[in-house]
Amino acid sequence: MSKFIETNGRHRTIEGWPLVFTILTVLAVLVGGTVEFLPLVLMEGNIPVISSVTPYTPLELTGRDLYIREGCVNCHSQMIRPFRDELERYGDYSKPGESVYDRPFLWGSKRTGPDLARVGGKYPDLWHVRHMEDPRSTSPNSIMPPYYWLLSRPLNLNSLERKMKGLQRLGTPYTDEEIQGAAADAEAQAQNLARNISANGGPSDLAEKEIIAMVAYLQRLGTDLKKATK
Amino acid sequence: MEKSTISTGENSSDAGTMTAPMGHQIVRYDDQVVRYFIIATAIWGFVGMLVGALIALQLPFWQANLGQYLSFGRLRPLHTNAVIFAFAGNAIFGAIYYSTQRLTKTRMFSDVMSRIHFWGWQFIIVSAAITLPLGFTTGKEYAELEWPVDILIAIIWVIFAVNFFLTLKIRREKHMYVALWFYIATIVTVAVLHIGNSLAIPVGLFKSYPIFAGVQDAFVQWWYGHNAVAFFLTTPFLGLMYYFLPKAAERPVFSYRLSIVHFWSIVFLYIWAGPHHLAYTAVPEWAVTLGMVFSIMLWMPSWGGMINGLFTLRGAWHKLRDSVVLKMYVIGITFYGMSTFEGPLLSVKTVNALSHYTDWTVGHAHAGALGWNGFMTFGMIYWLLPRLWNTKLWSPRLANTHFWVGTIGMLLYVMALYSAGVTQGLMWRAFDDAGRLVYPDFMETVIQIIPMYWVRLVGGLLYLTGMGMLGVNMIMTIRRAPEKPTDAAITVAL
Repeated sequence: MSKFIETNGRHRTIEGWPLVFTILTVLAVLVGGTVEFLPLVLMEGNIPVISSVTPYTPLELTGRDLYIREGCVNCHSQMIRPFRDELERYGDYSKPGESVYDRPFLWGSKRTGPDLARVGGKYPDLWHVRHMEDPRSTSPNSIMPPYYWLLSRPLNLNSLERKMKGLQRLGTPYTDEEIQGAAADAEAQAQNLARNISANGGPSDLAEKEIIAMVAYLQRLGTDLKKATK
Repeated sequence: MEKSTISTGENSSDAGTMTAPMGHQIVRYDDQVVRYFIIATAIWGFVGMLVGALIALQLPFWQANLGQYLSFGRLRPLHTNAVIFAFAGNAIFGAIYYSTQRLTKTRMFSDVMSRIHFWGWQFIIVSAAITLPLGFTTGKEYAELEWPVDILIAIIWVIFAVNFFLTLKIRREKHMYVALWFYIATIVTVAVLHIGNSLAIPVGLFKSYPIFAGVQDAFVQWWYGHNAVAFFLTTPFLGLMYYFLPKAAERPVFSYRLSIVHFWSIVFLYIWAGPHHLAYTAVPEWAVTLGMVFSIMLWMPSWGGMINGLFTLRGAWHKLRDSVVLKMYVIGITFYGMSTFEGPLLSVKTVNALSHYTDWTVGHAHAGALGWNGFMTFGMIYWLLPRLWNTKLWSPRLANTHFWVGTIGMLLYVMALYSAGVTQGLMWRAFDDAGRLVYPDFMETVIQIIPMYWVRLVGGLLYLTGMGMLGVNMIMTIRRAPEKPTDAAITVAL
């Protein structure tokens, strides 16, 4: 060791060889990431498959991308840790197999608001509409920003096919038929949701608005595991 | 004993009118590009911190969310990108261009590449400032920019790397000084991290999906995220410290051996630490444990850097009385030590169980960003201003006020968020005797910390005020400068 670091030792020699120095640095840097990452990809046991976890529907996928656009992940996590208080507050802890179709993952790193991993089904559809329009109408004292524009901006389904094709290439099991019928599927799911919202006394013109996709996505969150227990 | 490893690279005070003696030539450094980077640092620093103050206001006062383009969710990434890549980014580029030329006793290999680097980087920043409020984001922390901007970043970074390594190739100093080791580590590792974490397929002009999903995506993201802290906010600033601190203190670096040991251990260990951001999540436990163990090991090499910095001032502590530059370095290096102690602490699973998801994390990040990155940058700028513009600093007193306002602001900021984080973390997990949650309504835990959000805003505004003082001092200094400041030059044997 001392031969290496003494004032005119071997390290002094490689300080005169930038190329060697750079190669050694790259090697030192690559070791850790490689050793940790390869097992995650190669060992299937690390991410046990949950058969009831299925890809997002076209409308939910659209809503998920709106969730990303608005930066919801900055304040809401989607990752319940295996602690008693979190199970009590949010439900069962999150499993690795639950986010296999999440590109990107949206686990978050900050809970300025509560965790949303299992928010699906917790509130009625109309609650979400009211909450996004004016968070304080459903949750007094909330510090969440209002997202009223989701109720007026038109729902854009034009890029759905391209998005789903991209996901299919990456391994999400969408069939070609599902991709071709994506827009129609999304519209049908949107109509259903919108009917339910207006039947419960909510606005009646939301079927073609962004909010519908957002509600569809939020109501989906964490529900796959419940399908498994039914 | 270490004198041989420090070459000042400047041996003429009358650089403007030099003539080379027989058998010698004059080498003039490209200081213009350094001036550009320093000015950009001040401008973007102010803008980035201003956005930070706005989002700090939005938390206790939701009415400050000004419509869809200026709501918290879209502005928070703008703030982090601006302070990391625009403020700290321009600062380290300025430091690298200034010190590399002097440490290698040569002008940068290509002035054109230097300028492409500068303007390309500013263009990237402007693209970020436009696309992020518009909602174009990958949703991955500190890597929010969408694929067209990502590609541009990769191109500009490669141009920077080529220019830097070719400058090393044409150097006139045989041995590379320790600052250059840290620059090398920065340049190659940031390239690897950026490309690795940005692997995605485009599905629209500003929309892409990452090739990894779920657990793997989370792992890659925090391999990147943690090492962005390591190789964008730590190693280049250590390089900066190794060059500018001995210069300002007029003392050689404390220990050459320590610099070797802590350089290689930092470079090797840091990469492993990423998974500590994912403790108790769905990432396999073995990975998180590895991340924790390496994080704890990192404490020592990190403090190696702090010790090498602070001990460089041995016998020179009296200089702090008169030198605002040294005072800023001392605060900066001290906060480097505090943050790199706190980091391993937070990586310990039992601590992380409490701190994760709370404002403690945000407080920790700002102890590093405001304390270490901010003050090292300010110290460097105050040292460079008179040298780059061939004049005196306009107001040393204002600089001294900046030091105090900034320090108090930073302390208020981190103390407020520490108490907010611990308070909320404890409230979330509180059970009563009957085994029920004491605060089942999440809102109760939010209301409790609102006063601390206000204190944090005050702290942030103070720090921003300091940044404004730096801006004023800079403008006034430059106005006093000669019309065309001369670039430094040296005489070298042919």
